[in-house]
Amino acid sequence: MKFDKAKRAASLDLATDRDVARARTVVGRIMKEQDAKVLMQTRFVTAVSEIARNAVRHGGGGTMEVYLLPGGRIGVECRDEGPGIADVEAALTDGFSTINSMGRGLGGAKRLSELFIIETMPNEGTTIRMTSRLRGGR
Amino acid sequence: MKSAAIYPVEGVLLVSIQDDITDTDILDLQDELSTKISEMDAEGVVIDISALDIVDTFVGRVLAQLTAIARLLDAETFVVGMRPAVAMTLVELGMYLPENRTALNLTHALSKMRDTASE
Repeated sequence: MKFDKAKRAASLDLATDRDVARARTVVGRIMKEQDAKVLMQTRFVTAVSEIARNAVRHGGGGTMEVYLLPGGRIGVECRDEGPGIADVEAALTDGFSTINSMGRGLGGAKRLSELFIIETMPNEGTTIRMTSRLRGGR
Repeated sequence: MKSAAIYPVEGVLLVSIQDDITDTDILDLQDELSTKISEMDAEGVVIDISALDIVDTFVGRVLAQLTAIARLLDAETFVVGMRPAVAMTLVELGMYLPENRTALNLTHALSKMRDTASE
């Protein structure tokens, strides 16, 4: 899954926790403009917050692109050039944490999104793409 | 600009959290609140999250920690103003906040606190 043909709605740098807050605000505003349902918006913005924080804390910062997808969907691509995730399956398990954070973040983001794809390579970084419907269903 | 403010109201500390709060701000809040509870000998803490569009795992964890810290300092914590969509999302994340007492708003929290105190 790539978002090549989708319409890009925003592009953000993720360097500090202020940028994480901004990512939440921007994605929330875009979904609101698209008349998204409140629950879909709450779930997806929560997922965005988790992956943006991961990019800042674990990935040494990164970028986030927001796309409007066909079929009433929104997509987010979050890219960092950090150390990568050694064991993706473990990282998606509730309770797993490498730096004493709570360890529900990545698994939570996966659960709250419709599609959730991680590409990661040791020492090259991590890219997460995830989507949500704007209205109804998952 | 501060993204959280603490006000003393009738022996209770009312904490209002703004929507754009960062992880750093919320950790600062945790420090400041712990100090104020002790200084003021507050009997309770009411954390108003009605301005928050979302509560993610980090904020959820800090709310749980604030409650635990307040309890050790002999103050009871209520979380008020949680939006329905936030509650649904937290449950999906497996974050049930079992330590937090919740109330719909400040008035309800204060009256629940008085009820507990008079028991």
